[in-house]
Amino acid sequence: MSVSNPLLLIAELSYKCPLHCPYCSNPMTIGDAKYADELSTEDWSRVFREAGELGVLQLALTGGEPLVRKDAEELTRVAKEAGLYSNLITAGTPFTRTRAEALKEAGLDNVQISIQDSDPVSSDHIAGTKSFAKKIEAAHLARELGFPLTINVVLHRKNLDRIEEIIALAEELGARRVELANSQYQGWAAVNREALMPTREQLEHGEQVVIAARERIGPKMELLWVLPDYYEDTPKPCMGGWARDAMVITPNGDVLPCQAASSIPGLEFDNVRDRPLAEIWFESDAMNRFRDFVPEVCKTCPLGRFEVDLGGCRCQALALTGDAGNVDPVCQFSPHHALVTDAVASANRLGRNGDGEFVYRTEKATARV
Amino acid sequence: MTESLRLEVPVLPNGFRLHWDKVRERHVLLFPEGAIGLNPTAASVLELCDGRRTVEDIAAELSQRFGGADVLADVENLLLDLANRGMVADVSQ
Repeated sequence: MSVSNPLLLIAELSYKCPLHCPYCSNPMTIGDAKYADELSTEDWSRVFREAGELGVLQLALTGGEPLVRKDAEELTRVAKEAGLYSNLITAGTPFTRTRAEALKEAGLDNVQISIQDSDPVSSDHIAGTKSFAKKIEAAHLARELGFPLTINVVLHRKNLDRIEEIIALAEELGARRVELANSQYQGWAAVNREALMPTREQLEHGEQVVIAARERIGPKMELLWVLPDYYEDTPKPCMGGWARDAMVITPNGDVLPCQAASSIPGLEFDNVRDRPLAEIWFESDAMNRFRDFVPEVCKTCPLGRFEVDLGGCRCQALALTGDAGNVDPVCQFSPHHALVTDAVASANRLGRNGDGEFVYRTEKATARV
Repeated sequence: MTESLRLEVPVLPNGFRLHWDKVRERHVLLFPEGAIGLNPTAASVLELCDGRRTVEDIAAELSQRFGGADVLADVENLLLDLANRGMVADVSQ
């Protein structure tokens, strides 16, 4: 297969974050010293220019919290000059008027604010810090300044029953797009799987509410709804395929095919401090490792689905089976599929009120599980 | 949903912009969390969606470029399809 040029760059500017969400997509090892050695303004600027030359169209400025970087405005300006469509993915709490106005001026295209729940107390509980009121202020500010607004609410057992209120809140805030993605059980969310996994009943209700809301609202607010992989019979082609369209750059400059790939042992990640981005995209070991890879089971897929789901997620295969080269156990034909169905059965036995305390995201190594 | 289909003066919604993708040598429409590649016809229509021209103005202008062919129905269909997907709006909205 010939390698095509990337479309999306996910720039994790810093792993520092005011929130402690228990399903954070950052690696468990965010406290490692190497991540504190963040790329300089000049490094990121060069990377954004190289990304534009390489054909990247979309830039996600994320973290952690991207606004802990004092140079977020300057980096936005560079992204604009490089022709990239910039999307700021923020907790909202540091999105103050001064910074928001500077970001607007710098040419930021879209603002995405995370909200943990429509209920303020629950939202603060999930975020592990008092933050709801500031998030609402930030969303109003984004609209006032004329930014298109995306509201992102990670769904799980403890907020799914309020999906109607969550959609109503997003409407009230004037969101153009709402991401209602159930948490997937990787990294921090794997540790919290029991506390997060909803029941089948909760998901069915959620889906009905989303379908009705789409019908009522029409195209003026787009509603994205994503099931937990565990409730599907076929896996999702993670990131649209390993290093096919997207790349992730960590705060210290490592280039990964997805946000969780550092969990896979034995992968050598190249760093933008050492090599040009184009070389890394086309030649690095980590990017090429699973590009043309077909798990054994997929070679004889009875549904002929390999080209659709690409064997699912390598990191999920690793997390559940210990081998990133296995088919994603979400697949009904995986020899390890029972790991998934057992977890689902257990979540449904517990019922919607089944508990489990959160293990919160932290950069302190001592809290690692 | 029907009111969004009443398109008189089409415009790209806030946050949408046309971009020349020099690597893939085509126009793309960029928007929050996405991009779609455009064929030259769609690109030439969207370039004229400036919030001032009416659908008829756009069709007339393209008709001139294409030697007087009647393109109104094609332009309308394309714009309605994009409006249904939230990628074009009426300036009044």
